[in-house]
Amino acid sequence: MSNATSAHSVVEPSAATKRIAGIIVVLYAIITMVPLAWIFMTSFKSPPDSISYPPKLVFTPTLEGYCNLFTTRTRQTPEYIQSLGPPQSTCDEITRSRNMVIAGPSNYWPRFTNSMVIAFGSTFLAVFLGTLAAYGFSRFRVPLADDLLFFILSTRMMPPIAVAIPIYLMYRELGLSDTALGMILLYTAVNVSLAVWLLKGFIDEIPREYEEAAMIDGYTRLQAFRKVVLPQATTGIAATAIFCLIFAWNEYAFAVLLTSGSAQTAPPFIPTIIGEGGMDWPAVAAGTTIFLVPILVFTILLRKQLLRGITFGAVRK
Amino acid sequence: MAEIRVENLRKQFGDFAAVEDSTFTVQDGEFLALLGPSGCGKTTTLRMIAGLELPTSGRILLDGEDVTFNRASARDIAFVFQLFALYPHMNVRRNIGFPLLSQGVPKAEIRKRVEETARLLQIGHILDRSVSGLAGGDRQRVALGRAIVRRPKCFLMDEPLGTLDAEFREVMVHELRELHNRIHATTVYVTHDQHEAMAMADKIAVMNHGIIEQYGTPQEIYNRPASMYVADFIGSPPMNFLRFRSGLENGATSVTVGEVAIRVPQVHAAREPGELALGVRPEHVRFSDGAPLRGAVYGSEYLGTNQIVSVETAQGMVKARVPANRGFSIGETVGLELDSEKLSLFDCASGKAVPSSLYAEVRHG
Repeated sequence: MSNATSAHSVVEPSAATKRIAGIIVVLYAIITMVPLAWIFMTSFKSPPDSISYPPKLVFTPTLEGYCNLFTTRTRQTPEYIQSLGPPQSTCDEITRSRNMVIAGPSNYWPRFTNSMVIAFGSTFLAVFLGTLAAYGFSRFRVPLADDLLFFILSTRMMPPIAVAIPIYLMYRELGLSDTALGMILLYTAVNVSLAVWLLKGFIDEIPREYEEAAMIDGYTRLQAFRKVVLPQATTGIAATAIFCLIFAWNEYAFAVLLTSGSAQTAPPFIPTIIGEGGMDWPAVAAGTTIFLVPILVFTILLRKQLLRGITFGAVRK
Repeated sequence: MAEIRVENLRKQFGDFAAVEDSTFTVQDGEFLALLGPSGCGKTTTLRMIAGLELPTSGRILLDGEDVTFNRASARDIAFVFQLFALYPHMNVRRNIGFPLLSQGVPKAEIRKRVEETARLLQIGHILDRSVSGLAGGDRQRVALGRAIVRRPKCFLMDEPLGTLDAEFREVMVHELRELHNRIHATTVYVTHDQHEAMAMADKIAVMNHGIIEQYGTPQEIYNRPASMYVADFIGSPPMNFLRFRSGLENGATSVTVGEVAIRVPQVHAAREPGELALGVRPEHVRFSDGAPLRGAVYGSEYLGTNQIVSVETAQGMVKARVPANRGFSIGETVGLELDSEKLSLFDCASGKAVPSSLYAEVRHG
């Protein structure tokens, strides 16, 4: 009887264990979700609500944060505002209620676009180079392979910011300061080591018989790589791409240091949103909320790839 | 279909010679089994023929054409891997059609030939299934289908039955040989299983430590083993060795083992006194009360139609395959009579067989 119970508990957790595990998972999810929920709520608060203490859980939602995020505004006299025609949009109306008029678009969209270009560009490059390098390390007898791999890994052993000053000086000399290309190269350099190591693990798992079979079936090594190895490495490539993208998307220190104008990314831009009389917290929260969307979408899109083990069961081990 | 000729093939990995100086020819349409224990170089030899491994020295000729350094894709050879290597992201139909796709065969033609192949292998009903859900035997057939669909010059198989369970393996041995009889494809088949090799092959090359110990038909290898290694590797139970010290004269027809004179096939070489071994297959040992070679019964294994009786003699253990109808008690003293026309003599120092009338027509690998 006791044997049966213990065997049972090894194979299948009991209902009580499952319930406790479930509660722990839900609690953890709540704890991690609180800051996100707070940001999301703040983005719909009015500036006074956003700084009231204790924080308001119930409030009248307003789009003011989003309006302030996307526009620049100037203060005008009530008489001048009265003299204008009817409001052009919801934002126009909200702005006028604060005795201001919209002067023009803010820099948020250009900065957001910079983030997209730099993060996706560097992710693509890092994964592309990483896949080729990992394949090479995995399949060929590379001289000093272990030393090279260690060298690649060692680039991650110090905080990247430790080399900030040399990079700053180099970039200034090379004319890469405040350019999208410079940021793409920098993030690629940081991410490629991660990509090589992660992908090497995934590619090592793919038996070489597949490429050998394809080569015997009349394909070149490159064709075999493309048609047989890549489709099986999609899981690993997707996972690696997500890691690289999250790093490049969130990176702050180098972005502050190396970009200020045309190539500035969203992370250094968002905290500079200043409203009347201090930080415009609803606008900052709105900028952050929108900033989270691409990563969310990317992860959800690749979720299926991440979970699918397509090589499972095709080769008997 | 084609003839494969391997000349002085050698492969070195660092200090380790995986294959040494192999030379053999597989005739057009012949089925050759490379047989040996793991690590003997048989798979390396196969991979060099396929172009997956480059030889350190030596040549490989396909139909007279030197392909030693050609790419695998340029050799027009099919390879069946031990783990089948079916592409997991393609269904059965696309797996079988994949080699044709690389040759630029039109879609309709691919479809036709895949279906023909599937019919030949009786896997027509699973063409649109995913390969990951297939049973071992069906995977094996799909792997074969991918090999035969483009009618290559020859087939190379690397222990293709190694992962199947014993019962099914026998079925596949049968199927493979039948397939070979139907399409007469030149085949090189690597295995460590002597039963597979014996059952399927026209010729067997027995390998050990990178060297081909013997090359010949299954009958030659079984009846006239060229070395003690081959004699010991082939047959279950393997050949018995009665060790003794003696010299040999050219033309001798008997040897003295211990104090017993035993008639042997006429010896065709002289040997200085040294350690020799008399080799006898278990089925060539009979019990005879009057025989001068005596020993005590040590044990017996009952096998249904016959039994294997182990007898302890002064020269070592002898296993005899005898009819199952007679019982033996352990410790009983028996006389052993050996079939004098089927005996082999080995030089223990070199391990090689001593030439004799029995070996007159043996070809050494």
